[in-house]
Amino acid sequence: MMVDEDDRRLLAALQDGLPQVPHPFAAVAARLELDEAAVIARLSALVERGVVKRCGLVVRHHELGWRANAMVVWDVPDDRVDAAGRLLAGHPFVTLCYRRPRHPPAWPYNLFCMIHGRDRATVEAQIGLLCALEDMAGVSHAVLFSRRRFKQCGARLARSEAA
Amino acid sequence: MDQTDRRIINALQGGFPVSERPFGDAGRALGLEEEELIGRIRGLVEAGALSRFAPMYHAERLGGGLTLAAMAVPEECFDTVAALVNAHPEIAHNYARAHALNMWFVVATERPEDVARVLAVIAAETGLEVYDMPKREEFFIGLRFEV
Repeated sequence: MMVDEDDRRLLAALQDGLPQVPHPFAAVAARLELDEAAVIARLSALVERGVVKRCGLVVRHHELGWRANAMVVWDVPDDRVDAAGRLLAGHPFVTLCYRRPRHPPAWPYNLFCMIHGRDRATVEAQIGLLCALEDMAGVSHAVLFSRRRFKQCGARLARSEAA
Repeated sequence: MDQTDRRIINALQGGFPVSERPFGDAGRALGLEEEELIGRIRGLVEAGALSRFAPMYHAERLGGGLTLAAMAVPEECFDTVAALVNAHPEIAHNYARAHALNMWFVVATERPEDVARVLAVIAAETGLEVYDMPKREEFFIGLRFEV
């Protein structure tokens, strides 16, 4: 997927946020010495091609009251992992769901999902719902609640929704 | 935060128009004047409810590298190791979690080959094994932070 130098300059300029003014893209364009229409066209193309997943508000879930966050991991047989991933992702309280490699013996799990909730009891009840699913019966799993957050700043030019 | 703020947050997490007057267009869908929407978003950023208003990149499609990594860090040197790890600019976030693998961080680099280099440097600096757990497949879900 090709991203040219002007795309990179535009994404870099947008990293710290869109100016909160009536013509925000004109403000960005002025900084880059491009014109407003070119900035809008470039950003639209980046969204279209999936380089930009979405352009929207970035919420601080901890500050908004989502204080409990659990990573729930499962050791699903390889031939069932796609179906299990789709099943878990379909639950409204699951906020991310990925397949990742195992590292036995330290780490036998291959399916990861995140649950963000207002409090731990709610999140525990939601995890209970997942464990009670017929397709997840007997699947070994672990629940990793977060204890401390050290850093959440967004890496430069590569901020994403990875974890 | 009032009901209108909540509606704004719920509606605009998923997407924001890329147009000449995006606040005007988004405001129309929410029944708000452009000026009011801008003022409220400013207020939410100042109050810390929103970190910013920005695009979320797809690191791989941008040509970059991305992974989730974990380490088993002895409790007594946890803070020292956290400081070593977090000093790398490629670390996007880092959480302590309740498990034998107790430190979990995301590495995002401009070039894919740099991920392995960063993990190797962290392993050398800390003397600990770093488990690399890149995403193999993503199961799609929408945005869920409804307030």
